[in-house]
Amino acid sequence: MKDTDIKRLLYIHLLCIFSIILSVFIPSLCLENFSILETHLTWLCTCSGFVTAVNLVLYLVVKPNASSKRSSLSHKVTRFLKCCIYFLMSCFSFHIIFVLYGAPLIELALETFLFAVILSTFTTVPCLCLLGPNLKAWLRVFSRNGVTSIWENSLQITTISSFAGAWLGALPIPLDWERPWQVWPISCTLGATFGYVAGLVISPLWIYWNRKQLTYKNN
Amino acid sequence: MASCSVVQAGMQWRHLGSLQHLHPGFKQFSCLSLLSSWDYRMQKASVLLFLAWVCFLFYTGITLFTSGFLLTRLELTNHSSCQEPPGPGSLPPGSQGKPGACWMASRFSRVVLVLIDALRFDFAQPQHSHVPGEPPVSLPFLGKLSSLKKILEIQPHHARLYRSQVDPPTTTMQRLKALTTGSLPTFIDAGSNFASHAIVEDNLIKQLTSAVDSGEWDVLIAHFLGVDHCGHKHGPHHPEMAKKLSQMDQVIQGLVEHLENDTLLVVAGDHGMTTNGDHGGDSELEVSAALFLYSPTALFPSTPPEEPEVIPQVSLVPTLALLLGLPIPFGNIGEVMAEVFSGSEDSQPLSSALAQASALHLNAQQVSRFLHTYSAATENLQAKKLHQLQKLFSKASADYQWLLQRPRGAEATLPTVIAELQQFLRGARAMCIESWARFSLVRMAGGAALLAAACFICLMASQWAISPGFPFCPLLLLPVAWGLVGATVYAVLLGTIELKLDLVLLGAVAAVSSFLPFLWKAWAGWGSRRPLATLFPIPGPVLLFLLIRLAVFFSDSFVVAEARATPFLLGSFILLLVVQLHWEGQLLPPKLLTMPRLGTSATTNSPRHNGAYALRLGVGLLLCTRLAGLFHRCPEETPVCHSSPWLSPLASMVGGRAKNLWYGACVAALVALLAAVRLWLRRYGNLKSPEPPMLFVRWGLPLMALGTAAYWALVSGADEVPPRLRALVSGASVVLPRAVVGLAASGLALLLWKPVMVLVKAGAGAPRTRTVLTPFSGPPTSQADLDYVVPQIYRHMQEEFRGRLERTKSQGPLTVGAYRLGSVYSAAVVTALTLLAFPLLLLHAERISLVFLLLFVQSFLLLHLLAAGIPVTTSGPFTVPWQAVSAWALMATQTFYSTGHQPVFPAIHWHAAFVGFPEGHGSCTWLPALLVGANTFASHLLFAVGCPLLLLWPFLCESQGLRKRQQPPGNEAEARVRPEEEDEPLMEMRLRDAPHHFYAALLQLGLKYLFILGVQILACALAASILRRHLMVWKVFAPKFIFEAVGFIVSSVGLLLGIALVMRVDGAVSSWFRQLLLAQQR
Repeated sequence: MKDTDIKRLLYIHLLCIFSIILSVFIPSLCLENFSILETHLTWLCTCSGFVTAVNLVLYLVVKPNASSKRSSLSHKVTRFLKCCIYFLMSCFSFHIIFVLYGAPLIELALETFLFAVILSTFTTVPCLCLLGPNLKAWLRVFSRNGVTSIWENSLQITTISSFAGAWLGALPIPLDWERPWQVWPISCTLGATFGYVAGLVISPLWIYWNRKQLTYKNN
Repeated sequence: MASCSVVQAGMQWRHLGSLQHLHPGFKQFSCLSLLSSWDYRMQKASVLLFLAWVCFLFYTGITLFTSGFLLTRLELTNHSSCQEPPGPGSLPPGSQGKPGACWMASRFSRVVLVLIDALRFDFAQPQHSHVPGEPPVSLPFLGKLSSLKKILEIQPHHARLYRSQVDPPTTTMQRLKALTTGSLPTFIDAGSNFASHAIVEDNLIKQLTSAVDSGEWDVLIAHFLGVDHCGHKHGPHHPEMAKKLSQMDQVIQGLVEHLENDTLLVVAGDHGMTTNGDHGGDSELEVSAALFLYSPTALFPSTPPEEPEVIPQVSLVPTLALLLGLPIPFGNIGEVMAEVFSGSEDSQPLSSALAQASALHLNAQQVSRFLHTYSAATENLQAKKLHQLQKLFSKASADYQWLLQRPRGAEATLPTVIAELQQFLRGARAMCIESWARFSLVRMAGGAALLAAACFICLMASQWAISPGFPFCPLLLLPVAWGLVGATVYAVLLGTIELKLDLVLLGAVAAVSSFLPFLWKAWAGWGSRRPLATLFPIPGPVLLFLLIRLAVFFSDSFVVAEARATPFLLGSFILLLVVQLHWEGQLLPPKLLTMPRLGTSATTNSPRHNGAYALRLGVGLLLCTRLAGLFHRCPEETPVCHSSPWLSPLASMVGGRAKNLWYGACVAALVALLAAVRLWLRRYGNLKSPEPPMLFVRWGLPLMALGTAAYWALVSGADEVPPRLRALVSGASVVLPRAVVGLAASGLALLLWKPVMVLVKAGAGAPRTRTVLTPFSGPPTSQADLDYVVPQIYRHMQEEFRGRLERTKSQGPLTVGAYRLGSVYSAAVVTALTLLAFPLLLLHAERISLVFLLLFVQSFLLLHLLAAGIPVTTSGPFTVPWQAVSAWALMATQTFYSTGHQPVFPAIHWHAAFVGFPEGHGSCTWLPALLVGANTFASHLLFAVGCPLLLLWPFLCESQGLRKRQQPPGNEAEARVRPEEEDEPLMEMRLRDAPHHFYAALLQLGLKYLFILGVQILACALAASILRRHLMVWKVFAPKFIFEAVGFIVSSVGLLLGIALVMRVDGAVSSWFRQLLLAQQR
C-alpha cells in the first residue's frame, strides 16, 4: 500500500517539475525574445500559471483526501472563492513580509508582488489543494508531529524547501560578481523555484527512505 | 530547605503553610551566618573576576594580533629647508654660490614623472629573444614597452632600467605616499588626523612648491591608472593588457621625443600585481615594480648591466630631490642612487667618486637627523640597533670630513667611506622596515590562536557553569596565579638577557600560562564525567545563523553590505524564533495537537501564549527593524546606494517648516522614550518607590529630556538667533549638554548607592506589626522566633496595602505591585539603560533619537518574544538559551548601522567631539576620543549593559502568564479559600530563591555573550590575515577588524558593568532584608 502511494507521489511530483520546465520552453515558442532573465516577469506569470494549473488538475484527478462530506454546488463555489481569497491574502502578506525584510517599498513593487505570487504558487496553492481553506489544518501540518499522511509530509517538505530556496536566493545579491541574475527579485525567484523543485525531488525519496519510521495515525 | 540563609529569608516565608506551624526546616536556619553570606559574596566576586579574566584573554589576543597586523608609525611634521643643512660640516664642493642650489647643485631643472599604476618589472623588461635552447615565451605583457628597450640599446649612458623593490602594503595610496615622502607608510600612520587624505609629512611636492618659482613648470607628474584597472579586470595574462601596455609605450615615446636637455624623465610603477591582477600584499610579483630613468644628456658613467639592478623604491625620492637641487624630505629613509651623481662619462673617476660620496653623506646626515628626531618622539625603534647605527654614522662622517681636508690620499679611502655610508643607510632602512612595514605572521597566528582559545573557554565554561559542581574559586585562582607566575618568569628572563620588555608579549605569556592550567583543570573535572560531544551545545539553527554571520566577514562585498545584511539576518532569526515556537507546539492550543501520530505524546507543557501573540511580536520586530533600516549610511563608493538624508543634523536643513516638524518629531521621540520607561516602571510598580533613584526617574529624567530638547533647539536654530542673544546661546550650548551628562552621572551614582527600588513601609508599620505579632509569639527572642516574625511582617504589610488599594479603587497589578520585589533587578537595569541612553543620544544627530526609541521598543519586543520560548524554571539551574544571546548580539550590530555608522574611518561622526565643547578641546585628546567613541559604540554599550535582561525577562513575563490564566476563573470566593496558592508570582525572586544558580546563570550569560562577540572578532582577525593580499584589505577588512575589536572591548566592559549592577542590586536586596530583620529584632 505504502509503496504504491509513494510511487504516485513521485509521478505527481515529476509532473510538477515537468510543468516548470514547460513554462520555460513553451513561451519561447510563442513569444519572441523570451528568456528567463530578460523577460523575467513574463516567465514568472507563465510559471505561476502552469504550476497552479497542474496542481489543480492533479488535485481533481488524484484526490488525495477525498473526505469532503458535503458536495453541494454552493459549497464547492464558496470553497473555491475562499481559496481565491486565501491565495490573494497570502500574496499580499508575502509582499508585506518582503518589504519588511528590506525590499524597496515603492520602486520595483510589481516585481516584488510577482515574487510574492510565485512563492504563493509554490507554497499556498498546494496547501489549498490538499488541505483546503482551513487555517487550523495548515497550522497543524506545519508543527512537529502534525502530519497525518505522506501527502502532508511531502507538502511540508516542498513548502519548507521553497521558503529556504527563496531565502538563500537573497544571499548572493550583495556580491560584486555583476551577473544579470543578481538583481532583486530574480535571484530570489530562481532560488524559490530551485527550492521547490528540490523539495519535489527530495520529498518522495525522503519518505521512501524513512518509510519504516513513518507511521501515520489514519493509515 | 537545607541551605537557607539570610538572603533567602525574603521569600522563604511564603512557603510556610500556616503561621501557627513552625516549619521544621527552619531549625537549621542560619540567618546571619557570616559564612554563607561570605560564601555568596565570594561567588559573586569570582563570577565577575572570571569574566574579567576571559576578557583579559580576549584583549591579549586582540593586541597580539594587532601588533602583528597593523603596523604603526608616527608621522613627524618637521620639514627640511634649504637654509638648514641636515648636519654640521661644509656643504659639498661646488654647491656654494651657484644659483638654485640648495643642499647640492641641481643637475636638472625639470623632471617628468610618469607614474604607471601597477607597472610590474617584467612588463617593462626588454625581451632578449635570442636565448639559445629555450623556447620563446610569448605572454601578452612581455616586451610591449619597446621604446624603453630601444633607448637602452641606443643610448646606454642616458638611460637605466631598475627593478625597484616596493615595501608592502602595495596599495596605491600607500605607494604614492612613499614615493613623495621617501618613507614607509603603514596602515595607520599615527598623525594628527588619520582620516585625512592629505600628506602632512614633509614630501617632495612640498619641497618643490616651496622652492623658488621660476614661473615655468618644474615638475610634471602623470599618473596612468589604465594598467592597474586592466589588471584588476582581466589579469595580466589577458590580450587587453598587451593593448594597454602598447598605449603606454606610445605615451613614453612621445615624451622622449619632446624632452629638452635639462629635463629628466622618470617612468615608474608604484607596485606590481599578482597573476590575478591583485595587489596589496607582499608577494614577489607585487613588490617588484619597474623604474626607468632617462635624460637627454648623458647621466651614467657606465653601460647598463645585463641584469637590471635591484634598488628600493624609496631611493627615488632623495635622488630626485638632490638632482633637482632640493632638500631631501625630512622623513626620507631612502638611499640615493649614487651612480647618477657621478657626472658624465668623461669626468675624472676621483671627482665622480667624491660627488657620489658627498651625495651619500648628505643623505646619511638627513637620515641620521630623522632617526634622532623620531627616536626622541617615540620608542618604536630598537635602542640597541639605533646606538650601533649612530656609531657607524659618526665614524663614516668623521672619515668623510678627514677625506675632504686631505684630498691627496683620497683614492684609497674613498671607496671605504662610500661603503660605510651605504652600510649606514641600508642598516637604517632595514631597522625601519622591521618596525614598520612587515606583517609579523607569528604574532598574527599567536593572536588568532589566543582568540580561538578564549572562545573555546567561553563555550566550555558556559556549559559547565550551571552544573552544580562548578568549582568557582579554584578555577579562578589557579589560572590567575599561574598567569602571574608566567609573566614574572618571562619578565625576569628578559631582564637577565637585557632585552626590552614588550608589554604585548608579556600579556600574551601571562594569558597562555593562565590558560593552560585552566584547561588541565577543566579536563580533569570535565572529561571524567561527560563525553566531549556535549561540548558543542549550540542548537542547529542558531549554529547555522552564526556560521552565516561569520562567513560574512570573509567577503568584502558582504562587509560593505553588512548594513543591509544584518537586518535581513535579524529578521530571519526572528521569524525562525516564531516558527520554532509554533513548531514546538508552544503556540497552539493543545486540542489541535491531540491528532498527531501514534506513540508520542504531544507536548508536556501547555502553551503559555497564543499564536497571534508571538506573531504580533515578530511582525512588530520586523517592522521596527525595517524602520530603523531607513536610517542607514552608505559605505563609500557604492553608486546605487543613497545615504539617508535623516542622518544629517537639523541645523543643515533649509526649510523652516520641515525643520520644525522634524524637531517636533524628535522631541516626541524623546517624550515617548521617557513615557515608555515610566510606564514600564509603573506597570511593575517600581515607580511608586520613594527611594532616591525612583525620585530621580520621576523628576530627573524629564529634566534631562528637557535639557536635550532645549539643546537641540539651540543647535538647530543657531543661525537664526538675533545677534544680541548670541552669547547667551553659545553659553547655553556649552552648559546644556554638560548638565545633561552631569544629571545622568548623578542618577547612575544614586542608582548604585540605593539600587533597591521597592516600597518599604517598615518604619511606619513597625508598631502596628508588633501588635499583630504579639498574639502569636511575643517579642522575638530567639533566632527561630525571628524567622517567624519576618513572614508576618510581610503578610501584614501586604494585607494593609491591599486594603488601602481596595479602598482607593486604584487599578493595576495589585498583588505584584505590593512590594515590587519581583522586578527589582530589571528595574535597576532598565533605569541604568535609560540614564545611559540620554547622554549617548545627545552625541548623535537629532533625528537619531527616533532610532533610539525604536531600539528600546525593539529590544522590548525581542525580550518578550524570547521570553515566550523560555520556560520559567522554578528553582535552578537557570539558563539563557543561545538563540536569545545570538539575537541580542545581532540586534546590537543592527543598531550600530541604523544609528548611521559604518565600519570605515571616514564614516566616523567626528562632530560628536564638539557636543558641549563647541570651541574644541585644545591639546586634550582623550576627551574628544571618548566622545567620538561613545557616539560610535553607543549600541554596543547599551546592548551589553542590558544583557542581564535576557536572564531576568522570562521571570518578569511570568506575572502576565499567571494573570491571564487567572482571569477565566476569576472567582473571588475561591481565591479567598486558597490564599496561599493564589499568591502573586515570585518573578525575579525565584532567582533569589537559588542564589547559587542565579550567579551561575549570570556567569553563563556573560560567557555566552562573550563567545558570540569573540567568534566575531576571531572571524574578523582570520579574514584579515587570510586575505591580507586582498585588494580591499586596507579599505575593508582592516577597518572592520579595528571596529570589531574596539566594539568588543566596549561590549565586554559594558557586560561587566551590567552584571556588576545586577550583583550590586542583589547585595543591596540582601542587606535590605537583613535590616528588616534587625529592625524587627529590636
